[in-house]
Amino acid sequence: MGNSGRSAGRTAAGRFIDFKAMGPFMALVALFVLGALINDAFLSSGNLSNIFTRSAFIGIIAVGATFVITAGGIDLSVGSMAAFISGAMIVVMNTLIATLGAGVETVLLGIAVSVVLGVAAGAINGLVTTRGKIEAFIVTLGTMGIYRSLVTYMADGGTLSLDFAIRDTYRPLYYGDILGIPVPVVVFFAVAVGGYVLLNMTPFGRKCFAIGSNEQVARYSAIHVDRIKTLTYVIQGLCVSIATIIYVPRLGSASSSTGVLWELEAIAAVIIGGTMLKGGYGRIWGTVIGAIMLTTIGNILNLTDVISNYLNGAVQGLIIIVAVLLQRGDWRRKKN
Amino acid sequence: MKNAAKNAAEPVVSGQLRLSARQICKSFGAAQVLFDVPIDLYAGEVHALLGENGAGKSTLVKILSGYHAPDSGEIVLDGSPVSFDSSEDGEARGIILIHQELNLADQLTVEENIFLGREMTRGWFLDKAAMRDEAARLLAGLQCDIDPCTRIRDLPVSDRQMVEIAKALSKQADILILDEPTAVLTGREVDILFDQIRRLRERGVAILYISHKLDEIKAIADRVTVLRDGSHITTQAVAGLEKDDMARLMVGRDIAQMFPDQIADPSAPVVLSVRNLSVPGQVYDAGFDLRRGEVLGFAGIVGAGRTALMEAIIGLRPRSSGAILRDGQPVVIDNLRDAGRCGIAYLTKDRKGSGLLLNMEMRPNLTLLALDRFGRFLLNRKAEDAALEKAIAAFDIRAADRTTKVGDFSGGNQQKLLLAKVMECNPDIVIIDEPTRGIDIGTKSQIYHFIGDLTAQGKSVILLSSEMTEMLGLSDRIIVMAAGRITGILDGEDRTEHQIMRHATGISDNQGVSVHG
Ligand SMILES: Nc1ncnc2c1ncn2[C@@H]1O[C@H](COP(=O)(O)OP(=O)(O)OP(=O)(O)O)[C@@H](O)[C@H]1O
Ligand SMILES: [Mg+2]
Repeated sequence: MGNSGRSAGRTAAGRFIDFKAMGPFMALVALFVLGALINDAFLSSGNLSNIFTRSAFIGIIAVGATFVITAGGIDLSVGSMAAFISGAMIVVMNTLIATLGAGVETVLLGIAVSVVLGVAAGAINGLVTTRGKIEAFIVTLGTMGIYRSLVTYMADGGTLSLDFAIRDTYRPLYYGDILGIPVPVVVFFAVAVGGYVLLNMTPFGRKCFAIGSNEQVARYSAIHVDRIKTLTYVIQGLCVSIATIIYVPRLGSASSSTGVLWELEAIAAVIIGGTMLKGGYGRIWGTVIGAIMLTTIGNILNLTDVISNYLNGAVQGLIIIVAVLLQRGDWRRKKN
Repeated sequence: MKNAAKNAAEPVVSGQLRLSARQICKSFGAAQVLFDVPIDLYAGEVHALLGENGAGKSTLVKILSGYHAPDSGEIVLDGSPVSFDSSEDGEARGIILIHQELNLADQLTVEENIFLGREMTRGWFLDKAAMRDEAARLLAGLQCDIDPCTRIRDLPVSDRQMVEIAKALSKQADILILDEPTAVLTGREVDILFDQIRRLRERGVAILYISHKLDEIKAIADRVTVLRDGSHITTQAVAGLEKDDMARLMVGRDIAQMFPDQIADPSAPVVLSVRNLSVPGQVYDAGFDLRRGEVLGFAGIVGAGRTALMEAIIGLRPRSSGAILRDGQPVVIDNLRDAGRCGIAYLTKDRKGSGLLLNMEMRPNLTLLALDRFGRFLLNRKAEDAALEKAIAAFDIRAADRTTKVGDFSGGNQQKLLLAKVMECNPDIVIIDEPTRGIDIGTKSQIYHFIGDLTAQGKSVILLSSEMTEMLGLSDRIIVMAAGRITGILDGEDRTEHQIMRHATGISDNQGVSVHG
């Protein structure tokens, strides 16, 4: 009563438009308007489909990162993990062509290898963090170096190329479409929906929130904290593996520079989307929008001469900082 | 403490008016929590602020000290209106608030905390030696035996509170506001605090004191202001008031019966037996039996090992030996889930640190412990909402609206929510650790009756409490612990304060009683 100005956004009036929740979405709309104004080609269906397809890699990885971060962890190894899994897939499939031929079986086995490796790598990150009681930052910094050097070793310092014989079989997983929608976009959407359901509608998701917001309380609430935390890293590994499966047919190669800085882009997407870096609050849809935003920025810079494309990183960085500042502004107002 | 009450009968209000607030209003969101509240503070008085949980006491003192801004109303300091932008502003004008919640940096040392933000320096560098000496001097003044170099996280809560008090005293307050400083203190520490308060009063400091312990109000305060549901009810001299009068003013009605009638049947079957349980360094060879429908009290001074024993029973703490029998059958309890499967639930005494998710709303908090009951794969929101509805009614939880973060609840409502959370998994045996810390007298009575209802339904309760009246009023039998050992089991007529203290301090000679009954 009588103070609607002071704390709008938390009350009945604020529920119609929850600015905090809608923030990333409105920013994305603004970016699209900007893009359309800068270049007519921006809104062409070819360009839009390009944006969504490209954001699928980071987006899928970022959905996994949302779980890890919501439960109070962090995973810096995802970029290297993607590179390592790509390399392993290529090596396995190239080898299998000799015995199995260049058919669907080979691709399926490659995919199986990817999933197993992703889950295993995630489990390693999770178990070392929880069993060893080491900061996730340190553990994943370590595995980041390990996975990266493993792919360099497998490629002997050069590039691993997928055998041309199998490229045609594998190709549709990136270049194909379902009802006109590119396969990566369909996969991205499916992963996001699955992630949303898991994080927001299941006991598992609720436990992630609880652990991220106060581990001690979670422990006193009969939650197996270590198990749940490990599972978040496994989910992250699985997401990396899915992203890799659709990434490999795109270039058909892997080298030590594959997936470099993906971890930062994934974390950035998560944070722009409104998930709290210190844990306890996560939003899958925010993450999806964050990933699309990051790709859109690069796309717009490609379409304009006003700012050099080389400044892509600077613009992304700026957007990340502004996004976090906006979240911060909210709690300052609330405190007073 | 009783004889100290005489001191309060001095002439009331002799100093000059220092701080005066008029018609303070405050809302959070749509909920108004203060309605036109006035309060006056005079130099050299101890002014108590009384009210039920959620009456708005903390909100009022946060406004007086600049932590919150009032929506309307006026604050006059030494004759001129003021409006503080922040609590730093308030502190600069000599108004110091000790918050209800501890505000210490866990990872920093005692000394670093005391001087946080106003470190002593020599040239460009910190003058650590000077700060350490000053911190040691302050703590010595509080007869508090803490090394200034200890980290806060290594201190028990009562010592943390003493550090908080030392910090406030070091700020040379003109107006000192203490929001429930004694909720976590032991009797001796309370006496020391009161000595300090009296000394400050003589120096002409104006003191505003919040507590739910009416004994304390009688002992230390000159005047009392009562708030009820955010409105000012009365301000009057303490001298003419009895505890019952204060309770009535707070609650707005008589509290007919503080405790439920005891009904435990001494021949009821034993539901839980603990044998030879030890926790290295904390509990030695403890054993007891718990009967169906009884309240079994555990008394002892701080550090007696009661909480350690309970946490060992439910698998939260590793034990070096011991057996647990449930309905006569040996059971293995290695974690809280096992305990839950055996129908045992634990209500922690640290409701903020390990009880509730303060940054979340009520619903996820309520169902967290019993989450499996609300769906294997998908959570059933409807069932959760229904459970919340039921809990709010059953435990009389009063919150402005469902989306309020639990951290913004008043202490009493947090405690009721915690109780509801634990009962959500429908245990047969409930271990309750300090159920009424920082809880107003009306709510206390409510909680006591909840406990009474539990035993009436055939559930058993283990009660840990440092409040003697509560221990005596609720327990059918009382086990006393000292230095990690069970030193006495008091039954029937033996359940007296004197007997408890005798065993708790180790004056009794029969060490290590055997388990009977
Ligand atoms: N920051 C906040 N946001 C929303 N509501 C709040 C906030 N702070 C307090 N409240 C609400 O204001 C009311 C008064 O709270 P307050 O903490 O002042 O009570 P209190 O008298 O100090 O109670 P207690 O004895 O339990 O400490 C409560 O209903 C509480 O839920
Ligand atoms: Mg309070």
